[in-house]
Amino acid sequence: MSNARGNGDPGDRPADEAALSARLRHLGERLDHQRASRPPEPDSGARPAADSSAMARGFRLSSELVAGVLVGAVIGWLLDRWLGISPWGLIVFLLLGFVAGVLNVMRAAGVTTYGGPDRQG
Amino acid sequence: MDPIHQFNINNLFHIGTIAGRDIHFTNSAAFMLLAVVLTGLLMLGTTAGRQLVPGRLQSLAEVTYEFVANMVRNNVGEEGMKFFPLVFSLFIFILISNMVGLIPYAFTISSHIIITATLALLVFFTVIVYGLWKNGLHWFKLFVPSGVPVYILPLIVFIEVLSFLSRPLSHSVRLFANMLAGHITLKVFAGFVTMLGGLGVLGWAGAVLPLGLTVALTALELLVAFLQAYVFAILTCIYINDAIHPGH
Repeated sequence: MSNARGNGDPGDRPADEAALSARLRHLGERLDHQRASRPPEPDSGARPAADSSAMARGFRLSSELVAGVLVGAVIGWLLDRWLGISPWGLIVFLLLGFVAGVLNVMRAAGVTTYGGPDRQG
Repeated sequence: MDPIHQFNINNLFHIGTIAGRDIHFTNSAAFMLLAVVLTGLLMLGTTAGRQLVPGRLQSLAEVTYEFVANMVRNNVGEEGMKFFPLVFSLFIFILISNMVGLIPYAFTISSHIIITATLALLVFFTVIVYGLWKNGLHWFKLFVPSGVPVYILPLIVFIEVLSFLSRPLSHSVRLFANMLAGHITLKVFAGFVTMLGGLGVLGWAGAVLPLGLTVALTALELLVAFLQAYVFAILTCIYINDAIHPGH
C-alpha cells in the first residue's frame, strides 16, 4: 500500500493515472458489493431507542400521553358542538383519547411495536 | 428582566399586502433565513473542494450526511432514501436554528409552536398523501391491526385513528416545549445573577450560585438543542415507515 501511495504524486506518468483509475474502479465495485450485502429492510421488531438521555425519554413519553388525551378531548368537544349531544361526545372521546395516549406511550417505550405481525392488541 | 421578552415577534420591514393582510418580514423570518444561509454555506461551501481525503469542514458535512442516511436506512430501509432530502432538511434546519438560538440576543425559531406545528403537519400530510398514493386503500390497514377479534375491531380502529391523529401534536409540542422551557429557565437564572449583583458585596457572593447554574444550563441546552433535532428527525423516519409499509 505504501509504495502505491508514493506513486500518486501529481505530474506522474499516464501509466500511474491508469493504475489509479483502476484502483478507484475496484474500490467502487467493493463499495457496491458492500451496499448490496446490507440488509434491505429494517427488522420490524426491535426499534432503536429514539432518544438517549433519560430526561428526553421521560418528556417524550409524557407528551405522547398528553397528546392522545388532548386530541380525544378536542374531537369530543367538536362532536358535541356539531351534533348537540353534549356531554356524551366529550365523555366517550376523552376516554378513547386516553386509551390512544396509553397506546402511544407503550409504542414509544417499545412495549408493543409500531406494527408487526406479532402485534399485541 | 422579563424572561419571555425574548420570544417577541418584531416586524422588521413591510413586504406587501395579501388579501387585506399586511405581510411583514419579522425577526423570526430573518433567523429562518440565517439558518438556511448557514446550512447552505456549510453544505455547499465545504463540499466545493471535494477532496478524496476530506478536510475538517468537509468531513463535518460528510459525517452529517452519513448520520442522517444511516438513520433513514435503519428506520425505513433502502426504500426510504427517497425521503432522505426531507428528513435531512428538517434535521439540519432544526439543528442549526436551535444552535443559533443559543447565542445571546438571538431569536429561537423553534420556541414558537406555529413553526414546529407547521413542520410536524408537513410530515403528517406527507405520510397521508404518499401512503395513499403508494398503497391506495391498502394504506388504511394501518388502522386495522391483524389478529384482533371482530367484536372489538371497531373500538380498536377508533383508538388507532385517534393515536394517529395525536401524532402531529406530540411531534410539534415536544420540540416547542423543550426549547421554550429551556430558554425561559436560562433567562430566569441569568436574571437572578443581575438581581443579586445589585444587592452589594453579599449579593455578589450569592450571585455565584446562579451564575454557575447558568453555565451548566447552557451546556444542557446545547445537548437538548441537538437531541430535539435528532428526535424530530427519527420520529419523521418512523412515521414515513408507516406510509411505505402499512398494514403488515
